[in-house]
Amino acid sequence: MNHGAGPAPLDTTDSGPAIETTGLTKRYGGVQALAGLTMRVEHGEVFGFLGPNGAGKTTALKLLLGLATPTSGAGTVLGAPLGDRRARRNLGYLPELFRYQPWMRAREVLALHCSLAGVPRATWSTEISDALDVVGLTERGDDLVGTFSKGMQQRLGLGVALLGRPQLVLLDEPTSALDPVGRQDVRRIIRGLRERGVAVFLNSHLLAEIERVCDRVAIVDRGRVVAAGTLDELLAVRAVRVRVTGLGPVELARLERFGHLATDGEWLAAASVPPDEVPDFVAAIVAAGGRVHAVEQRRETLEERFFSLVARDASREAAARSAPAGQAGPPP
Amino acid sequence: MMTIVRITVLEAARRRLVWALVALTIVMVVLTGWGFERLVTLARGRGVSELQLTVGLSQTVILVAFMFSFVLAMTAAFFAAPALAADIDSGVAQAMLARPLRRSQLLLGKWLGLSIVIAAYAVAAGVVELAVIRFLTGYAPPDPAGAVGYLTAEAIALLTLALVLGARLPGIASGAIVVAVYGLAWVAGVMGAVGAFFNTPALVQAAEASRVLVPIDGLWRGAVFSLEPPAVLFVAAQESRFQGNPFFAGEPPSAAFLAWTLLWVAAVLAVGIWAFRRREI
Repeated sequence: MNHGAGPAPLDTTDSGPAIETTGLTKRYGGVQALAGLTMRVEHGEVFGFLGPNGAGKTTALKLLLGLATPTSGAGTVLGAPLGDRRARRNLGYLPELFRYQPWMRAREVLALHCSLAGVPRATWSTEISDALDVVGLTERGDDLVGTFSKGMQQRLGLGVALLGRPQLVLLDEPTSALDPVGRQDVRRIIRGLRERGVAVFLNSHLLAEIERVCDRVAIVDRGRVVAAGTLDELLAVRAVRVRVTGLGPVELARLERFGHLATDGEWLAAASVPPDEVPDFVAAIVAAGGRVHAVEQRRETLEERFFSLVARDASREAAARSAPAGQAGPPP
Repeated sequence: MMTIVRITVLEAARRRLVWALVALTIVMVVLTGWGFERLVTLARGRGVSELQLTVGLSQTVILVAFMFSFVLAMTAAFFAAPALAADIDSGVAQAMLARPLRRSQLLLGKWLGLSIVIAAYAVAAGVVELAVIRFLTGYAPPDPAGAVGYLTAEAIALLTLALVLGARLPGIASGAIVVAVYGLAWVAGVMGAVGAFFNTPALVQAAEASRVLVPIDGLWRGAVFSLEPPAVLFVAAQESRFQGNPFFAGEPPSAAFLAWTLLWVAAVLAVGIWAFRRREI
């Protein structure tokens, strides 16, 4: 076994980010898989990397892991340059194409990865039992991986990614083969990791999944980040609805200073009241003689935001493609 | 790296490759043992001299060794070609290489593990075959350890090539290339022997060049020489037509050739590591 014989551990206790990239590009022949990826992931945060199929999500992960080399640009993972083996000692990774030796038992696969990750031999047994327990495979630990369903193999892959108390876990579409129960388990595991201060980089095209667990999100499309930030920053609170009685047309007209208002039965909807003006809006209704029964703030969903960004880009590209020869499309 | 060696050996055992080889060896030993027993009984019944019998037996042992070398070569090629290639294609290698594991460690670990399995099989099968022949006929070649050693080295050379090609090519393509290389190298060796018999320097030089390029035919000739008793060398010295026999070697491989073979294996591995490092997974 080569535990202890790997590269010297990396001191990642400094305040540097878990991941930082600047202008990372990757070209495969004539295909631009990544076109200048700049991002920063802090320790202990769950970072969602969201994009449609072919957006460059898996390419980005491979560059972070050193499985592929960037065409240009630079980056660090846990303080080490991209491709540095030292960082991989503190990493957990679930590949999109999760395949493990089919002729091995689940426990043996986990032991193999303990060995490769340089986990001290004395803790293997605990690490393996804990990993099997967390991913719900304790009963199947002694079975051959070749007999596992896809979902079980993905659970095993998740267990593999959790071995050795990593400081950063990279998950590539971690629920692609899982049923709703499995998906819930993955969310629980991700939250558990965050509580332990582990950074999680979650590659996914499942919007609901990202929205439920991520602290920050980057939306990628055609190899570049088109929007990034916390969910609050990304998803503007656009509207407020108030269930109100006792207001007549005159009072309503006075409230027009908060922007366009629409009524629907007892519901009064304002399309553009910023969150910090909501108390003023409610106070103005009360001052006008209205009785407020309920106030609902509604923010854009990630899906709406995603489609507005990705669809806008797609329609722009379609417009550029359909423009006659010699005529430039709209500026990017 | 020892982790990779261990799982490579374990995989061979779990995937029943070892058991398939054991079964194949039993069949081979039983059939050839029966053949040798019949040969000796018939020859002695007809009053063939012991010298003639020794020459005949030694040539038959060399033929069996050729068949064994073919089985070893095919096993090495089809065992080693997918060893890396299939792991890369299936995604098994991705998860492993995301660990602090060097690509050179993965390649060399696989190489060492495969070499151990092939060498263990070659030694076990060779010892059993020669022991059965000795038991049934009383004949023992002069240097059985040398013969098994050369055959093992030949298989390891092919295995190295197959593994390294698999670092960049699909397993099936690597296997096919190695089988073709094996066949061409053997044919080049035969053409060299024919060239020597007809005194055609160009053919001899082409064969020499092929032995440098891929040293497997030279190793096969080393195995042949190890299996030739003094009587055969004596007969060959008297009769020049023996020189043209592709199953005859007049001299053992030189120390320089053996050194070159080691260097060749090391160089192929070095090129393989270089190519594997550049592969995007």
